[in-house]
Amino acid sequence: MRFVDEYRDPGAVQRALADIRALARRPWTLMEVCGGQTHSILKFGLDELLPERVTLVHGPGCPVCVTGLELIDRAVAIAARPDVIFCSFGDMLRVPGSSRDLLAVKAAGGDVRIVYSPLDAVRLARRHRDRKVVFFAVGFETTAPANAMAVHRAAVEGLDNFSVLVAHVLVPPALEALLSDPDVRVQGLLAPGHVCVVTGYRAYEGLARRYHVPIVVTGFEPLDILRGVRAAVAQLERGAAAVENEYPRAVHADGNLEAQRMIGEVFAVTDRSWRGLGVIPRSGYALAPRYARFDAERVFGVQGVTAVEPAECRAGLVLQGRLRPNACPEFGARCSPEHPLGATMVSAEGACAAYFHYGRVAAAR
Amino acid sequence: MAQASEALLSCPAPIDHSDFVQLAHGGGGRKMARLIETVLVPAFSNPALAALGDGAIVHVGTEDLAFTTDTFVVKPLFFPGGDIGSLAIHGTANDLAMCGAEPIAFSAGFVVEEGFPMEQLHRLVASMALAAAHVGAPVVTGDTKVVDKGKGDGIFINTSGIGRVRPDVRVGPQRARPGDAVLVSGPVGDHGIAVMAAREGIEFATDLQSDSAPVLDLVRALLDAVPDAHVLRDPTRGGLATALVEIASASRTAIRLDEAAIPVRPEVRGACELLGFDPLYVACEGRFLAIVPGERAEAALAAVQSLPSGREARLIGTVVGNDPGHVVLRTQIGSHRLLDRLSGEQLPRIC
Repeated sequence: MRFVDEYRDPGAVQRALADIRALARRPWTLMEVCGGQTHSILKFGLDELLPERVTLVHGPGCPVCVTGLELIDRAVAIAARPDVIFCSFGDMLRVPGSSRDLLAVKAAGGDVRIVYSPLDAVRLARRHRDRKVVFFAVGFETTAPANAMAVHRAAVEGLDNFSVLVAHVLVPPALEALLSDPDVRVQGLLAPGHVCVVTGYRAYEGLARRYHVPIVVTGFEPLDILRGVRAAVAQLERGAAAVENEYPRAVHADGNLEAQRMIGEVFAVTDRSWRGLGVIPRSGYALAPRYARFDAERVFGVQGVTAVEPAECRAGLVLQGRLRPNACPEFGARCSPEHPLGATMVSAEGACAAYFHYGRVAAAR
Repeated sequence: MAQASEALLSCPAPIDHSDFVQLAHGGGGRKMARLIETVLVPAFSNPALAALGDGAIVHVGTEDLAFTTDTFVVKPLFFPGGDIGSLAIHGTANDLAMCGAEPIAFSAGFVVEEGFPMEQLHRLVASMALAAAHVGAPVVTGDTKVVDKGKGDGIFINTSGIGRVRPDVRVGPQRARPGDAVLVSGPVGDHGIAVMAAREGIEFATDLQSDSAPVLDLVRALLDAVPDAHVLRDPTRGGLATALVEIASASRTAIRLDEAAIPVRPEVRGACELLGFDPLYVACEGRFLAIVPGERAEAALAAVQSLPSGREARLIGTVVGNDPGHVVLRTQIGSHRLLDRLSGEQLPRIC
C-alpha cells in the first residue's frame, strides 16, 4: 500500500535504528507530543527497538484526554435532553464524566450518534429540523478547520437547530506550559505532524529558542517516528535547538493557509481548562462573537455546570510525561478500558489505552 | 429516594457500573465475555453450557450431537457478498462445523417490523433456502413474529442448528498444546469491512465482498487429512485476535503469531488504516482458525488449500508453553506486540 508500506519497511527501519544507535552517545529523553504517535510507538514496538539511551515519554497530544471534565458533564447534560441529537466522534462516548459517560446516556435512551465528520452532523440538522443537533467539537488545530467549516455551512444555510459544544485546544501553549515546568525533564520534542499540516511550524521556533530544545515535526508511521528521533538526537548531540521538518511529504512551514483562514473566520482564541493540567492561558478556541448563536453551551444554558477532577486518576502526570501509564498503581487494576478512571484509558490517542491495548501490562506488576 | 432505600435493603452482586445494556455487551469482546460469565452462565448453569464452545455437545444414545443458536441483526440487510438470510444459515452452519459436526437441520425465527417490504422478505428467505441447500441441511421448523413499526429495524433472524459430531474428531479450545501450529483458512476482516463500507458509504472499498460462506467443505477436508486437529474456531466478532486469546486462555498455553504471514487484503488494510481499526479484530463470517499438531501442519495446510475457497489459507503461528494466556505478535519490523481481547465495541451490528 503506497504511503504506508514504504514507511514500515523492515530494512529502512533497521537502517534508521542503526543511525540512532551510532548517533546517541549520551542518554536523551524525548517527548512525542501527539497521542497518535504514542499509539504507533506502542503498536509497532518502537520503544523496544530503540537503544536504551533514548527514552520516549508521552505528551499531552490527545484532545479527547485533555477535554475538561466540566465539558464532558455539559455534554452529558445536553445529550440527555429528549429534543437533542448529540453527535460525537466515537471515542468521546466512553470518556467518564463526573457521574456517567455519553454511552450511558445513549443506553438510557438519549439520541447519541457517532459521526465521522462534523458535516454529517450538519446533514442531520438539515434532515431533522424539528430536533436540535449538537456536535461535540473536540480536537487540536487538526480538526478545527472542518469544525469551523461545519459552523460556517450551518450559518450560510440558516440551520438554527445546529450548534457545537466547543472543546478545541491548541498545541503550542500546552508545550510552553510543559517546558516552563521545572519538573518536566524533556530534552527534545517530536512535534505533531497532523497539527503542523494545518498550522505550519513557525509557531514552534520561539519555543525551541526560549527553552533551548530541538523540535522536530514528525509523522506517524514507524519510519517517520524514527526519522524524528534521529533528527532530535543528532541536534542534541551537537548542542543544537532548532525546528526541523521530518514530515515534508505533508507539512509546509506556513501550513494550510485556507484552513487557517476558515479557523480565523469562525473561532477566537480563549483560555481553556485542560483535564489533568489545569487552565492554560490562550490555549483553546471558542466561537467568535458573530457565531455565538451556534454555541451549544449558551443554547442550552449549561455554562454553570462545573466539576472537580477525581484525585485517584493520575492522567495529569501521564499527559505531562511524568508518569508512565503502566507505572500507575491503578493501571490494569481499578482502571481499564471497561472501567476507566480517566480519558487517557479510553481515547484512541490516550497513552494509557495504548499501553493497555498493546499489552504493556506486565511492567506494572 | 427510592434508589437509596433499595440499596439499603439489598446486597447487589457486583455488576457493571452502568445500569443499562450497552452495544459493547454484544460486541464479542471483554464486555460480552463478562456479561456471559456473570449473568448468563450462572443463571443456566450446566456442564454442556460451561464449556462455552461455539455450540454445545449433547449426548443422545451413543451419539454426540452439536447444538447451536445465533441471532442476526446485521445492518444493512443486503451487503456486498451476502445478506442477512444467507448469513444466518452460514453463521450457524459454521458454528456446527467448529464443533467438528456435520449439520442435520436448522430452525429459523423471524422478528419482522410492520411495513417491511414483502419483496425483500421473499429475497431473504430464498437466499436462506439456497444457503441451506448448499450446506446440505434443511430448515425444518420456524417462527414468525411481527412488531409495530418503529419497534424493530426491518428484520432480525435467529437460526439454530443441530449436527452430528464426527466420531473420530474431538476439538475444543482447551485442547491446544505447545508445539501445535495455527492455521487460518483465508484473509481476515473482509466481512466486517464490507458491511462497514456498505453502511457508511466508503467508496474506495466498493469492490470488497464479505467472506460470508459455509466453511464445512474446508473443515471436512482438513479433518479428513488431520482428524486429530485440536481446536477449530471461527473468528467472528472480535476477530482473529480475540479468538486466539480465548483459545490461549482456555488451554493455558501461549500463541506466537507472525504478522507477515497473516493474510489481509489490501482493501481491508486500507480501510482499517483510514478508520483506525485493526484487521486482526475485524469479523470474518467465512473463515476459520485451526490448531493442529505441529507435525501435521503442512498436511492440514495442503488439505485446506486443495479446495478453491481455501487457496489463501496460511500457517500463521505456533502454540508455546510459557506465559499461558498470552498471544504475541511478531511485527513486520521485528518487534513484539501482545494481543488482547477486543475491548469495547468496534463495529456494531456486523452479524
